[in-house]
Amino acid sequence: MMATFDFSFFDAHLVSAFILKGLWFSLGLTIIAMVGGIALGTVLALMRLSGRRPLVLLAAVYVDTLRSIPLVMVILWFFLLIPMLIGRPLGTELSAAITFTLFEAAYYSEIMRAGIQSVPRGQMNAGYAVGMTYAQCMQLVVLPQAFRNMLPVLLTQTIILFQDTSLVYAIGAYDLLKGFVSAGQNYNRPMETYIVAAAVYFVICFSLSMMVRRLRKRIQIIR
Amino acid sequence: MFGNWFGSKWDWQIFCKSNLEDTRYPGCFGADGDITYLQWMISAWGWTLSVALLGLLLALVAGSLVGVARTVPNRALRLFGEAWTELFRNVPLLVQLFLWYFVAPKAIPGLQAVPSIVLVVCALGFFTSARVAEQVKAGIETLPTGQRNAGLAMGLTLSQTYRHVLLPVAFRIVIPPLTSEAMGIIKNSSVAFAVSISELTMFAMQAQEETSHGVEIYLAVTGLYFVSSIVVSRVAVLIERLVRVPGVAGAEAGR
Repeated sequence: MMATFDFSFFDAHLVSAFILKGLWFSLGLTIIAMVGGIALGTVLALMRLSGRRPLVLLAAVYVDTLRSIPLVMVILWFFLLIPMLIGRPLGTELSAAITFTLFEAAYYSEIMRAGIQSVPRGQMNAGYAVGMTYAQCMQLVVLPQAFRNMLPVLLTQTIILFQDTSLVYAIGAYDLLKGFVSAGQNYNRPMETYIVAAAVYFVICFSLSMMVRRLRKRIQIIR
Repeated sequence: MFGNWFGSKWDWQIFCKSNLEDTRYPGCFGADGDITYLQWMISAWGWTLSVALLGLLLALVAGSLVGVARTVPNRALRLFGEAWTELFRNVPLLVQLFLWYFVAPKAIPGLQAVPSIVLVVCALGFFTSARVAEQVKAGIETLPTGQRNAGLAMGLTLSQTYRHVLLPVAFRIVIPPLTSEAMGIIKNSSVAFAVSISELTMFAMQAQEETSHGVEIYLAVTGLYFVSSIVVSRVAVLIERLVRVPGVAGAEAGR
């Protein structure tokens, strides 16, 4: 027996009552983790390329550890550890924001490392030659180029990050997926809401990846 | 310092207990059908590995077919491959899992009697197949076009050209990226917790709740994930070495 699908219950009320709150959270979490992750990731990449043994080791252990643990486990770890460290429970939303920033930093750092290495060494030497310090060379010469070379990859990683935010399901934070799940429970129409959830995620991620693809082409022409 | 965790003492003995009335077994293995947390964790590891390996198998088969489809001259096949990749790549794995688990059995009558583990393998496998397809396609495209033309010029059919000329080299080239997909699928199998498959992450969540010794439980589980991915990367290096053809692309880079 085939089940029949009925999507007529999807109306403006459902969207504003259940979906929007989750959508804003997912988008907000993505942006926070992207900005924080790229910043921290850049620092980690610089540490790893610094040639100073303790810094290299520290960054390597951080990045390789986080990259070999499932994200769900990392989410659970932080949800368990942060309250132990600060002595009081932290909301799921804040916990998710911290977790994703620290977790994504590991992935962004590998991208930034490749980006920094894609800038010829002569650029750095040229900077030194005109009297710049290490920090100035990095900030004014190398990082802007590295960032631009890696922009498509950074954005692709961000699309993956947006998809991964659905994993906050593990600690019960109210994200886009949770919004659909709650709506499905309230209207007793779980199947339809899963289908619409998939469609919404697809439309968002697909259009973003099309934009990244176009950006990649434009950057290619310039270079 | 490490024996004490903010006041509550670490207790690794927790693994020798069962969740029934807090019974402790001296050998860490339960009796009379009662199982300890250690046994539960080992069986959860088994579930993680089974789901991941079966999913990987499905992903390699489906991903190779789709990846090849994206490189053939036939436009319809190429479009199909393209659509497949975009579809499975742009929906979060967890949402895909819910579709397989909650929606597919209702929408596709044949899937009703199928055990839930198969549905999880499908979700994981098809999700990963999009990524495998991408790698396989890239592997085929890195080969010089002369290879394909030479095959066709010698009178091989298209499928023979793929079978004897292109794929043997392309597959060797993509072993390293496929290795990271294999390691990725072990990590991704953790989403199965959401549909109550008793794998490692599910075990971690439940055992943490029951024992309130989350740190010990999570450490052990994280350690098992580590071990699993190290084993996968070792096996991949072994495979790479076994199938290496001296003088062919990728062989020099293979150390």
